Amino acid sequence: MKKDIILAGVGGQGILSIAAIIGYAAVESGMHLKQAEVHGMSQRGGDVQSHLRISDDPIHSDLVALGGADMILSVEPMEGLRYNPYLSEAGWFITNTTPFVNIPNYPDIEAVLSEVKAHERRVMLDADSIAKELGNARGMNMVMLGAASQFIDLPQQKFEDGVRFLFGRKGDKIVNLNLDAFRKGRALAAEVG
Amino acid sequence: MKKLLLLGDEAIAQGALDAGLSGFYGYPGTPSTEIGEYIQDSEQAKKRAIPRTWSANEKTAMESAMGMSYAGKRAIVTMKHVGLNVAADPYMNAALTGANGGLIVAVADDPSMHSSQNEQDSRYYARFSLMPALEPCDQQEAYDMVAHAFDLSERYHLPVMMRVTTRLCHSRAGVTRTAERAENEMCKPSDPNQFMLLPAFARKKYIKLLEIQADLERESEKSPFNSFTDGNDKSRGIIACGLAYNYLMENYPDGCPHPVLKIGQYPVPRKAIAAMADSCDELLVLEEGMPLVEDSLRGLLNRSLKVRGRLDGTLFQYGELNPAIVRQALGMPKLPSRELPEVVTGRPPALCVGCPHIDSYQALNEALEPWGKGHVFSDIGCYTLGFMPPYHAISSCVDMGASITMAIGAADAGFYPAVATIGDSTFGHSGLTGLLDAVEKNANVVVIILDNDTTAMTGMQDSVVTGRIEQICMGLGVPEEHIRVINPLKRQHDENVKVFREEIEYEGVSVVIPRRPCIHLHGKKKTSGGAK
Ligand SMILES: Cc1ncc(C[n+]2csc(CCOP(=O)(O)OP(=O)(O)O)c2C)c(N)n1
Ligand code: SF4
Repeated sequence: MKKDIILAGVGGQGILSIAAIIGYAAVESGMHLKQAEVHGMSQRGGDVQSHLRISDDPIHSDLVALGGADMILSVEPMEGLRYNPYLSEAGWFITNTTPFVNIPNYPDIEAVLSEVKAHERRVMLDADSIAKELGNARGMNMVMLGAASQFIDLPQQKFEDGVRFLFGRKGDKIVNLNLDAFRKGRALAAEVG
Repeated sequence: MKKLLLLGDEAIAQGALDAGLSGFYGYPGTPSTEIGEYIQDSEQAKKRAIPRTWSANEKTAMESAMGMSYAGKRAIVTMKHVGLNVAADPYMNAALTGANGGLIVAVADDPSMHSSQNEQDSRYYARFSLMPALEPCDQQEAYDMVAHAFDLSERYHLPVMMRVTTRLCHSRAGVTRTAERAENEMCKPSDPNQFMLLPAFARKKYIKLLEIQADLERESEKSPFNSFTDGNDKSRGIIACGLAYNYLMENYPDGCPHPVLKIGQYPVPRKAIAAMADSCDELLVLEEGMPLVEDSLRGLLNRSLKVRGRLDGTLFQYGELNPAIVRQALGMPKLPSRELPEVVTGRPPALCVGCPHIDSYQALNEALEPWGKGHVFSDIGCYTLGFMPPYHAISSCVDMGASITMAIGAADAGFYPAVATIGDSTFGHSGLTGLLDAVEKNANVVVIILDNDTTAMTGMQDSVVTGRIEQICMGLGVPEEHIRVINPLKRQHDENVKVFREEIEYEGVSVVIPRRPCIHLHGKKKTSGGAK
């Protein structure tokens, strides 16, 4: 198995938590992993991305090749499109549909979503609303992680262990809220995919 | 032992801890910061009471590390590439004093300038100083190289550079640890004059440094980090340095058909290169950063062998490498890839909503209205984002500390108002000496020290001046009545405009200190490193 994933979002939206959990699940499943993150200036509300590569075989490059990604997983619709050139022909485009508007010239959201819909293989979830309904407004990223997990061939249990690993320090309540968000995203993606 | 999932930076940190480190020194700077943060948070470091607080700047850090080395113990000093400019004086001279305890200078370069003002290549500093350098291609090598670097340093009594770049610093992979080594016992240098650079000593030391170059090159020739893999297709030989090796192999999933020389240790192993050159029709050099190896081939290969790389245009001379760029250099067709949709709009970084710097700039802008734009020299930190719309509040960002000193020069030219904005950590790094200059000549400047209680841009490290900025300014000779502390809040706006205006109108040095913590400070714990 090999999965090259581009995680996309805006600094502060929590893509590094998603990366950490997928990474945990992969390593616990005995896979090789390389995961490049963006630290520094862009984390102040700029566009951020993470290249996450998992494979049965050793991995060379820390970066996914252009046209090589099996999945773009985005917590913001326009940010996912920014990495379109990385997505392979058969790749999945999985995105949150709620825009994060912190620039004055954010494009028309309908135009953004219609570009998303141009992808044949796609999952679109209003993860912000879903998380809010679950009483966990900050769990948007876990909803998206759940959705993506449907397309990453690792045991569900390993992802859930990853959630526990990451949030364990914050107590059972937070862990369970995030597990709920993860499971909801996973279930919804099963319907779409 | 179970693998640890570590960033390249963290692998260096863990490598140092396991290789008998006794002292960490450094100043934060992307992409090097996580080396220090990892050591500061480490239980292992806590247990061994390893000194690991941030220094005021890279120069003080370098010198402290040299002191630890003098005492016979192993030290690592970390910085970003431009930090080495600040530390260049002790760094260059450290090549002459050499090391007693193992001394590693870990420098993180930022090709493509993701978070930097330039993309200088620190390997040139290694060559300039005649120190050996190591450049890992992955996290495991980053870990393994640290022990190797300490050994090399202690064998040749010379500091060793470890050069890494952004992509490795901030990429995670599994790392296997080796057994923890004991720290060195304290021991004075066996030569009591080792660290005396009076000219009579320095001349001898320089000759000695020149003499050991041949030995260092022999070390490179036999280094486990420089390896040659032969290939059947001799139409091209490939030299791949550091990370570039990964991008090469990514494009040859079934193995590279050409002979490949992977370089991870410098000085450049010239014999190995010459041997490969003899058997190949042309050489392609892949290196992250500037064309150091490529350039060094020119004098080495006295024949008309074609050398491809960044100098002949096979690769751009600027910017970070990646699999696609290397693919093109290898002459392979581009992989099919999708278009970037037109709706995608740039999203530059910005000051956070609620940031204290916003209120400071809004008040300053209003105070400066009569004189128009172009009066504020600034510096490096979150507050540099005050350049962005809608603030347009500053006109320069050059190097840490330059705000105050550029304002002095402009004021000397009769430019008025000459205002400087500098963050608290930047002030501690390089602002004090500039302010002393201003006081000494009674320059007509207003220095605004934006005190958000932390080093925010690099992720909330302690700032060395916290809690003593007014005292420092007074000590430097700024009149007490012209050291004004304000609270940068919307409701204080009118009052703050008035304070700025009064100090602009005062002829002489004044300091205004807008003081309010970064809004994220209390969310993230401050990294003080515990043991002082
Ligand atoms: C010589 C040098 N060292 C380190 C850096 C990295 N760096 C850029 S901004 C910054 C911190 C600035 O902190 P502060 O002045 O307190 O401003 P804040 O970000 O908190 O607003 C650092 C360490 C640099 N650019 N140059
Ligand atoms: S991190 Fe802090 S100092 Fe930096 S922009 Fe945000 S609020 Fe301001």
